[in-house]
Amino acid sequence: MPDALLLLTLVGLPFLGAIAAGLLPTHARNAAAWLAGVIALVGLGLLLAAYPTVAAGGVLRHEVAWMPSLGLNFSLRMDGFAWLFAGMVSGVGVLVIVYARYYMSADDPVPRFFAFLLAFMGSMTGVVIAGNLIQLAFFWELTSLFSFLLIGYWHHLAAARDGARMALTITATGGLCLFAGVLVLGHIVGSYDLDAVLASGETIRAHSLYLPALVLILLGALTKSAQFPFHFWLPHAMAAPTPVSAYLHSATLVKAGVFLMARLWPVMAGTEAWFWIVGTAGIVTLLIGAYIAIFQHDLKGLLAYSTISHLGLITLLLGLNSSLAMVAAIFHIINHATFKASLFMAAGIIDHETGTRDIRRLSGLNRFMPFTARLAMVAAAAMAGVPLLNGFLSKEMFFAEALSAEGPLPLLLDILPVAATVASAFSVAYSLRFIHGTFFGPDPVDLPLTPHEPPTWMRFPVEILVLTCIIVGLLPAATVGPFLDMAAHAALGAATPDYSLAVWHGFNLPLLMSVIALIAGVSLYLLLQRHLIKGVEGAPLIGGLQGQRMFERSMVFLSWRLARTLEGLFGTRRLQPQLRLVVSVAVVAAGWTVYLRGLGPGNLAPAGIDPVLALIWVIGAACALGAATQAKYHRLVALILLGGTGLVTCVTFVWFSAPDLALTQLLVEVVTTILLLLGLRWLPKRLDVPGARPPEVITATRRLRDLGIAITAGVGMAGLAFGVMTRFPPEILAEHFLERAYTEGGGTNVVNVILVDFRGFDTLGEIAVLGAVALTAYALLRRFRPAPDSVDIPEQQRDQSAYDISRPGRREGDTVADWLLIPSVIARLLFPVICLVAVYLLLRGHDLPGGGFAAGLTASIAMILQYMLGGTQWVEARLRVLPLRWMGLGLLLATGTGLAAWAFGYPFLTSYFTYVELPLIGSFPMASALAFDIGVFALVVGATMLMLIALARQSVRGHRAAAPRPSEEPPAPTTAPAATAMGDD
Amino acid sequence: MELILALGIGVLTGSGVWLLLRPRTFQVIVGLSLLSYAVNLFIFSTGGLRTGAAPVLERGAVGHLATHADPVPQALVLTAIVISFATTALFLVVLLAARGLTGTDHVDGREKDR
Repeated sequence: MPDALLLLTLVGLPFLGAIAAGLLPTHARNAAAWLAGVIALVGLGLLLAAYPTVAAGGVLRHEVAWMPSLGLNFSLRMDGFAWLFAGMVSGVGVLVIVYARYYMSADDPVPRFFAFLLAFMGSMTGVVIAGNLIQLAFFWELTSLFSFLLIGYWHHLAAARDGARMALTITATGGLCLFAGVLVLGHIVGSYDLDAVLASGETIRAHSLYLPALVLILLGALTKSAQFPFHFWLPHAMAAPTPVSAYLHSATLVKAGVFLMARLWPVMAGTEAWFWIVGTAGIVTLLIGAYIAIFQHDLKGLLAYSTISHLGLITLLLGLNSSLAMVAAIFHIINHATFKASLFMAAGIIDHETGTRDIRRLSGLNRFMPFTARLAMVAAAAMAGVPLLNGFLSKEMFFAEALSAEGPLPLLLDILPVAATVASAFSVAYSLRFIHGTFFGPDPVDLPLTPHEPPTWMRFPVEILVLTCIIVGLLPAATVGPFLDMAAHAALGAATPDYSLAVWHGFNLPLLMSVIALIAGVSLYLLLQRHLIKGVEGAPLIGGLQGQRMFERSMVFLSWRLARTLEGLFGTRRLQPQLRLVVSVAVVAAGWTVYLRGLGPGNLAPAGIDPVLALIWVIGAACALGAATQAKYHRLVALILLGGTGLVTCVTFVWFSAPDLALTQLLVEVVTTILLLLGLRWLPKRLDVPGARPPEVITATRRLRDLGIAITAGVGMAGLAFGVMTRFPPEILAEHFLERAYTEGGGTNVVNVILVDFRGFDTLGEIAVLGAVALTAYALLRRFRPAPDSVDIPEQQRDQSAYDISRPGRREGDTVADWLLIPSVIARLLFPVICLVAVYLLLRGHDLPGGGFAAGLTASIAMILQYMLGGTQWVEARLRVLPLRWMGLGLLLATGTGLAAWAFGYPFLTSYFTYVELPLIGSFPMASALAFDIGVFALVVGATMLMLIALARQSVRGHRAAAPRPSEEPPAPTTAPAATAMGDD
Repeated sequence: MELILALGIGVLTGSGVWLLLRPRTFQVIVGLSLLSYAVNLFIFSTGGLRTGAAPVLERGAVGHLATHADPVPQALVLTAIVISFATTALFLVVLLAARGLTGTDHVDGREKDR
């Protein structure tokens, strides 16, 4: 089988299986179990097929280019070390799946469980056979995610949700640190490829970034492997179904951390920093975990702390910077997986058959389930390190290493053997507690279920694992020897030390330590009997040291208090502070850039001042300032002044050779003014009461500050504009368009050619925006409800009616009927003329100022003029404008012109042009861009008319006022304006 | 020339920003309009101020910057004029809807509580 297929199947098949299992019906328990089991067995089979290669020291590789520009490949790589871990993942996986089939209740959605389990299996395999570091970090985070889903599988239980969340928070945060660390490491090495990294140990250790990389990577590894002070998530993860605990917390998830440390051991270990961080974390975790485990009343809780402690042992071994210790660590990883998985399963069987895991309630189960009891005893003995079992062997190696370790501080090394012995004694004590408390003593009373032996196949995985413990314990060299040797050589390479895997090494110091530990452990358990029977929760002396509480406090702080504080400091629902911030940031950013780059004189000499233009701009500036001061109390005045500024802008465009802009600006000015005029009707009255009290101090200060911002922005903008105008860049885009406008676009009006041809796609987008805006305005106005104080007929209309009624011989409405009679007659006469102008502007747009926009606006003005002078009803009785059709037509025409180019094999919106002779009119440019421009024209007409008519109709519509909000009184029209008039900035 | 226009742009910007920071929606809409004049003029001015430059080519000829006005800022500003018209219209309608719904023309939809 080729390497590529083998490796890809190994990683990919579990994920495919997960999807398949997820698609099974909710209660297809057997089908899901078979599926999962077969996939795990296939994985195991693949590993067997790969064994000859890796056993010979070979490495299976598969690489696919992933991001070649970054030199990053998707790469899978399996050497002996990865093989060993993949074997544990698949092997224990098979056993856990068999066990889970019988453990899980038929009421649970079991296919989902197996889907998560398979996905987790795939992720874990991905971690161990990842060929580059980025990929490793990716699969690493996947394991966090799927372990979250597995721990929270019973999501109706609060404990499961909390445990899952805690596990995810801790391990995924660690994963992020790992990712950062991996990036630093990749930076140091210059490649993320694992082979490259493993080959550059010297470079890494000597690099100035070694320490940051180390700390970040270790944060990832230590959180994953539940090392102190991050250990607390693991006991909470015990809310998971027991098969999950048996899988995740014995052979896989928590082993990922030590796997990573072992994987990078050859390149990152060997320094004092490594010794201090890893070694300290290991020894503290070893002792604390073992100590707390003794006092757990929950079987799984005991096993959880024991797992923490054993992981501490492995970490400590890795931290000792000795290759022999590294071999011992690998060996203990295997042994721990076997005995801990079987113990978790045994605990699950007890829970399943009795209904409780509380040691205080369990007792004398030996008589009810003798076979399970034997199995658990053997496994617990292996955990305690009793001779002739596998746990003993690796513990002996650990003792030997503890005695011979070399390190920077002799004193520490003196206490190392003592600590090892103490921890081992603790481990004897809690193993004893597990067995003695559960299986011995009087018959249990008041159990939820009557205990009995589990189904044969539920016990089968435990039997296999316990058998492994015994065989490895008796014949280590013949059984586990080759695998260990292969893994050690793959991990350490040429540096692999000689070691001996014998059961009997003669009478030596480690054996003495074992004996002491055994005796001390038994004595400790007997001494603690009285305390344990009291059933007090938590371990004495260090009960206050609760990582969980710290975690919860920090979570509350981060997700609630800090967030609220920050929101209080920086958040606001008020618009003014936000805009103030936006403007200030813009001003500061612009100023900062100028400060950094400097602003010398430009390369153009400013032209002399023309007095006429100066005068025009005096008017323009006065209008702008006037609008700024009058916009509050005198809206109409402000609007007129705004129009004045617009006209000055328009004149400026003409002055500086931009007739197209001037034309469009003028037309837009007209339409905008009409729109705003129509809006004025619905705004509240606000009266400037002369002699009213001056604004409050706060308001005055605020205004002063805003004035400061405004002046700064104005001065800055003036400076910027002057700077830009006195500079001329060496190369500009204009030449390109000027040269090609006629020769390639077929028009002499360059601006128009740019709009409809060169940048036609932008214009298409722009008219689409215009259409969307018009539709939005239309939709908003359909549901328009005026404020209560604006519902009534305006004052002026009331006065007119009163006048009409009071005069004899006049009927109500006569004044309005005669209103601007002569102008309206002129406007009617002008209507066709203006329309003709619009068509003229449209047709000549390609060659002379004009074009679709200008023509569309002109046509709308022609129509709105009729509305204004004739009244809505009069116009609509005679002229039906269907704005939506205009818009639709316009958009279709514009897009259609673009699409038509495809029919001729050209890219979208390619234009074609020629000149046609028309009788009377003469030669006339006929470009396909004209069709596009007609589309623009139609859309502009439609959009403008849609908005204007929708707004104008509000005045003739009968209105229901919006219901006043319950919290406040509707302001009375006569008194409210004065009340809200003053000082409300 | 440059000085006049620069000062004009400055005054428009200042007035616009001042109004932008006011509490009444009508003030803000006038402010936005003033600001868009200023920005349009600014973009326009990046092409250089040219009096008497031809904006339109001779038929069949190729244009040059020496004799013709820079069309690129003009095209940009033409688009900007239309878009600012659209935003003004949209803002006006939103303003009216908000005024109808909340009963006030304060930008926050409620009078400031003191």
